[in-house]
Amino acid sequence: MAPDPDTAVETRRTEPAVDLAPQAGGHRGAPRPSKAVVFETEALNVYYGAFKAVRDVSLRVHEHEITAFIGPSGCGKTTMLRCFNRMNDLIETARVEGTLSYHGVDLYDPGVNPVEVRRRVGMVFQKPNPFPKSIYENVAYGPKVARLAKGGTAMDEIVERSLRQAALWDEVKDRLKASAMGLSGGQQQRLCIARCLAVDPEVILMDEPCSALDPIATGRIEDLMDEIKQQYTIIIVTHNMQQAARVSDRTAFFTAEVNETSDTRTGILVEYDATETMFSNPGDERTENYVTGRFG
Amino acid sequence: MAVAPHALTREVVSARIQGRRADVGGTVFKYVLLSALLVTIAVLVILLYSQVDRGSEVLTGRLGDFITSKYSSLPTRSGIIQGINGTLTIAAFVIFIAVPLGVGAAVYLEEYAQKTRLTRFIDVNIRNLAGVPSVVYGILGLAIFARALRNVTGGASVMAAGITLAVLVLPIVIITSAEAIRAVPDSIREAGFGVGATRWEVTRSHVLPYALPGILTGTVLSVARALGEAAPLIVVGAKTGFFTGGDFGDLRDNFQALPSQIYQFSRLPESSWGGNTAAAIVVLLAIVLAVNSAAILLRNRFEKKR
Ligand SMILES: Nc1ncnc2c1ncn2[C@@H]1O[C@H](COP(=O)(O)OP(=O)(O)OP(=O)(O)O)[C@@H](O)[C@H]1O
Ligand SMILES: [Mg+2]
Repeated sequence: MAPDPDTAVETRRTEPAVDLAPQAGGHRGAPRPSKAVVFETEALNVYYGAFKAVRDVSLRVHEHEITAFIGPSGCGKTTMLRCFNRMNDLIETARVEGTLSYHGVDLYDPGVNPVEVRRRVGMVFQKPNPFPKSIYENVAYGPKVARLAKGGTAMDEIVERSLRQAALWDEVKDRLKASAMGLSGGQQQRLCIARCLAVDPEVILMDEPCSALDPIATGRIEDLMDEIKQQYTIIIVTHNMQQAARVSDRTAFFTAEVNETSDTRTGILVEYDATETMFSNPGDERTENYVTGRFG
Repeated sequence: MAVAPHALTREVVSARIQGRRADVGGTVFKYVLLSALLVTIAVLVILLYSQVDRGSEVLTGRLGDFITSKYSSLPTRSGIIQGINGTLTIAAFVIFIAVPLGVGAAVYLEEYAQKTRLTRFIDVNIRNLAGVPSVVYGILGLAIFARALRNVTGGASVMAAGITLAVLVLPIVIITSAEAIRAVPDSIREAGFGVGATRWEVTRSHVLPYALPGILTGTVLSVARALGEAAPLIVVGAKTGFFTGGDFGDLRDNFQALPSQIYQFSRLPESSWGGNTAAAIVVLLAIVLAVNSAAILLRNRFEKKR
């Protein structure tokens, strides 16, 4: 088995990664040019109070790629995702150990302003969470606080573009002033995607964005992801293996390990590689069992 | 093939789902709850009726005169304008001092403060303060606002009384506002932070609007409580006899307010003053009801916008 030389460094944890700086050219004679590294984590541990939710994760997320996080429920995918835009700061017990850099800048440096991070690293949450306001206001809120547009036609354009991208425009264009709470669950989730796109982020973190969507809307969201990855970098958590295989360039498989000393489970990164490799020729038996459905 | 005994035929299903089992416990409980409600309402109605009845002569005979005249030693000429002025002024003090301070403190405690041992200690003590008897606040008001700060408040004035009552209801405003803020789902906050809003932007645009109906309810309860308090006013120094001041806007002057006025009327001979006492009670109840209704209307409007 020959792992993709570009990602091989990610799963090799004994040796420190040699070329931390984002490089245009490949390293170690890689056959295809390495894309710039957007996120790089080194030995990341995440705790909720004394409970260690995720242990020792080292991985790199590359620019203009879709990276999928897969794994059984409770293995820490959401927890990991929320580290990338410092959303875990909002949970008082949450604590991050190790390093996480964004384009080489330590995200957890005391000088970093989490508000600025979240402006650039947008998030679509696992449960749809529209504001209890109108559809229009939901999409316009981000651009308003980011001062991308004051209102008027400039804002109207942002709202329309975002809703179109999220495949929701046709369903809501006649009731933009209606409350978002009146939308169906799937429509609410697409509204949240539109709200995220409206601020024109650099990275989009999507936590199971399609779990409440029908196959048509799911297809549209997948098309959208494929389209916008030219401009953005996307990390998507999904329980849908086909989706991971279809849309992502790289896949990270997490699982939860029972701890020896206490009756808790801690998430670990089992394997991280090119999606093709992960699904056709994984290096770890656990990955193979999971992607082929032999793992609960 | 014969139909198995447990087959779900139409008859079997119909017999099963149409049977109405008598729910004795549930029915009894329902009527217990209903009677609790009826007793409460009956007490209110009887109270209101007895006061309206007792004060009917004043209320029908000279209501306009009664609510526009000052206190006089003649029962047939005495009015409650000084009490109304004092009560409305005190309500204004409560609204303009206790509400901004209380909501501000609640926002700080819930949205900004770290949940440390100190904040928990403060939280518990605010709850304790809400349980302190009002007469204690009256003594505090007398010592601080009527005496120590005499140069500002003018002594035993409506300003001293208003500030005292604002302090009295402050813990209630904080507790009810904090509860309303705590009830805002975290997912809304996360949505706000997720698009790059600051703490203040999330608080202003999402948390406060969502919590507003609850905050309003708490505010109204506090104002209503302040309108009905007599003990602290008497301690701070509401006028007990005839006096010339008490005009609207005389913040640093002698004052009277409806509850203490009612107390004062009630100590005079019932045969000649009973009608005045009852009529003043009805007026006070009407003011409290008006404040409450206004708040309920406001709250419904904001709740509909969710
Ligand atoms: N706010 C929190 N406080 C305490 N523990 C938490 C918190 N959020 C998550 N956890 C715990 O951390 C672990 C990982 O949770 P996480 O939500 O990251 O899992 P997940 O992989 O996203 O699962 P799912 O696929 O079900 O969404 C779980 O054991 C969970 O109980
Ligand atoms: Mg999750």
